[in-house]
Amino acid sequence: MGFFERLKEGLTKTRKGLIEKVESLFTGRKIDEKSLEELEEILISADVGMKAVEEIMGSLREKTKKGEVNDATSLKEVLKKEMVSILNHPHPLVPSENRPFVILAVGVNGVGKTTTIGKIASRFHSKGLTVLLAAGDTFRAAGIEQLEIWAKRANADFVKHQSGSDPAAVAFDAIAAAKHRGIDVVIIDTAGRLHTKTPLMEEIKKMKRVIEKAIPGAPHEILLVVDATTGQNALRQAEMFNNAIGVSGIALTKLDGTAKGGIVFAIKKELGIPVRLIGIGEGLEDLRDFNPEEFVEALFS
Amino acid sequence: MFETLTNKLESIFKRLKGKGLLKEEDVEIALKEIRLALLEADVNFKVVKDFIQRIKEKSVGKEVLESLTPGQQVIKIVNDELCELLGKTNSKIQLSPNPPTVIMMVGLHGSGKTTTAAKLARNFKKEGRRPMLVAADLQRPAAIDQLVTLGSQIDVPVFFSKDVKNPVVLCEESIRKSRVDARDIVILDTAGRLHIDDSLMNELKNIKEKVSPKEVILVADAMTGQDAVNIAKNFDERVGIDGIILTKMDGDARGGAALSIRAVTGKPIKFIGIGEKLNMLEPFYPERIASRILGMGDVLSFIEKAQRSFDEKEAEKLQKKIIDESFTFEDLKEQLKKLRNMGPLENILNMIPGFNKIKNIEVDEKELVKVEAIINSMTKKERKNHTIIDGSRRRRIAMGSGTTVADVNRVIKQYVDIKRMLKMFKGKKGIKLPKFFPF
Repeated sequence: MGFFERLKEGLTKTRKGLIEKVESLFTGRKIDEKSLEELEEILISADVGMKAVEEIMGSLREKTKKGEVNDATSLKEVLKKEMVSILNHPHPLVPSENRPFVILAVGVNGVGKTTTIGKIASRFHSKGLTVLLAAGDTFRAAGIEQLEIWAKRANADFVKHQSGSDPAAVAFDAIAAAKHRGIDVVIIDTAGRLHTKTPLMEEIKKMKRVIEKAIPGAPHEILLVVDATTGQNALRQAEMFNNAIGVSGIALTKLDGTAKGGIVFAIKKELGIPVRLIGIGEGLEDLRDFNPEEFVEALFS
Repeated sequence: MFETLTNKLESIFKRLKGKGLLKEEDVEIALKEIRLALLEADVNFKVVKDFIQRIKEKSVGKEVLESLTPGQQVIKIVNDELCELLGKTNSKIQLSPNPPTVIMMVGLHGSGKTTTAAKLARNFKKEGRRPMLVAADLQRPAAIDQLVTLGSQIDVPVFFSKDVKNPVVLCEESIRKSRVDARDIVILDTAGRLHIDDSLMNELKNIKEKVSPKEVILVADAMTGQDAVNIAKNFDERVGIDGIILTKMDGDARGGAALSIRAVTGKPIKFIGIGEKLNMLEPFYPERIASRILGMGDVLSFIEKAQRSFDEKEAEKLQKKIIDESFTFEDLKEQLKKLRNMGPLENILNMIPGFNKIKNIEVDEKELVKVEAIINSMTKKERKNHTIIDGSRRRRIAMGSGTTVADVNRVIKQYVDIKRMLKMFKGKKGIKLPKFFPF
């Protein structure tokens, strides 16, 4: 099955409800206040967030008033265009020339960091890159073991310390090992942390500093893992992690459920952070590049 | 920061002079803001719609109470209604007349089932019961190890098997085992699953039929967005739930999911998880969540949090010091440390209602660190008697703490001010120093 079908299939559950609603809205109806309101509700129910919804709807209303949009079909096109333009073009996760290319994965508890790392490792491995995973979640019970299993599945090297040890030291050793072994990509796992916990945010800042010391310019990618089920708080998470260590990309997980992950519009709008990857299942291969057009298309087609 | 709902409503009603009845057009404007606040708090939009309708019916024509402004009156109606919807405090887990009492934890991936299962086990153990945990998550890598580790931390046995591949069989076996070992509580930690995954939802149903749990608990993440209604509805309809535990309430999510889940299931929210440590499970208090959803600060939580950090005995000790006028830099250091233990200062201040009215208040955590460093750079003698700190000592302290003499001067002056303030407390008979106020 081709990539596009897989994405669509993965998003089918996501979009099903939405499409039905949008379709019913667009077929054979003149645009009136009520249809605009219904449209607004569809966006709200996708967790797009009130601020972004109001901006998008404001622009739609204006266009309707000006007479630029007067039938349901063009309304749909205008809306799609608007949504895609927010997300801009695709920003896939591709290792640069730097070797080793260092990725630091961060996020709040239970969003799927470790699983996502396992999938990324597997993808890079299948592209012929050597990968090393660093067990930086030394806090959670069995956090290390969980990553170790993923490392085996993905044929990746693995560096760990004992449970409860300093995660920055794990990162440092992992990079040293990767340099020594000539590894292409290092992915560093971290413990889940709520963005409101100052000591834990200080810890992650320290990790970044230590990584920078090990390789100037690293980490080359700071990936924030966001659960698509999360509501408006995801924007706060992105804000706080971005303030602390600078986030370069988002991995949006759990899109195989009924949640739509619409908060990524607000994250892109407010902070300019692009979505790089989406997670659509628990399997090794359930990871896709995020493509704005396909994403929006999948939501509205 | 977002402008809080209270601020907005007060500005809406400002033009309304005096009291009188709440008029429809005014209520209408207020309801728009309330709708926005609820949606920003992640309450499901359908739930919001119904809720707003109810508030409208209750508000229009209502007389404004003598002691309240119209804005406060509307807030009061909204708050009362929210509390009503959120249900009563009900943190009891039903026990079976014939042990063991079986409790089944269900939920999505990453909602916090395993940690919450261990927290519940710890609670039961503290009550003198003999709980047993069952590692029924056979999906996630190392899930068994995680539960075994947590079990050993709280000294509760964990039933697991690395050979049994069917969670239904494993759960059945665990019940037999609990009888042999005379365990009176069995907590089943099931694998995380999507609410639309038919085969996995059927698996839960099978487990439920086979072991007839006394309670099925849905563990839900407090940060959940609009989808909370779908999740709760599916788990309730397909498996049947008896109660809800909301996790990760220690973050800054407004927790609108609580309202959504209550509205679609009608099942009680029993506990909230407020941290990763195993003692961090609290009963659910609807008033607190209501004011959090509305963004109105959380007085009760603040007071409790403060009390946890400043216990009675220490407060007395402090009181005595004030009376003796022997409050030294040493004591100030201690108090600062406690204040910092309560969490980020900004969070604490935000919990105080009215504090959010002071816009753009920047709490500089760094400033506190500075003060601590300065005190740490003093000798013991200096901390006990600040009057000996002369110019040369100030220079030394500044060097030692990496600050400037001006910083040191300021800290000493602040300390002297605090001492003077404390003297005033002492002078007034019967005034008890608030327990939670650090200096």
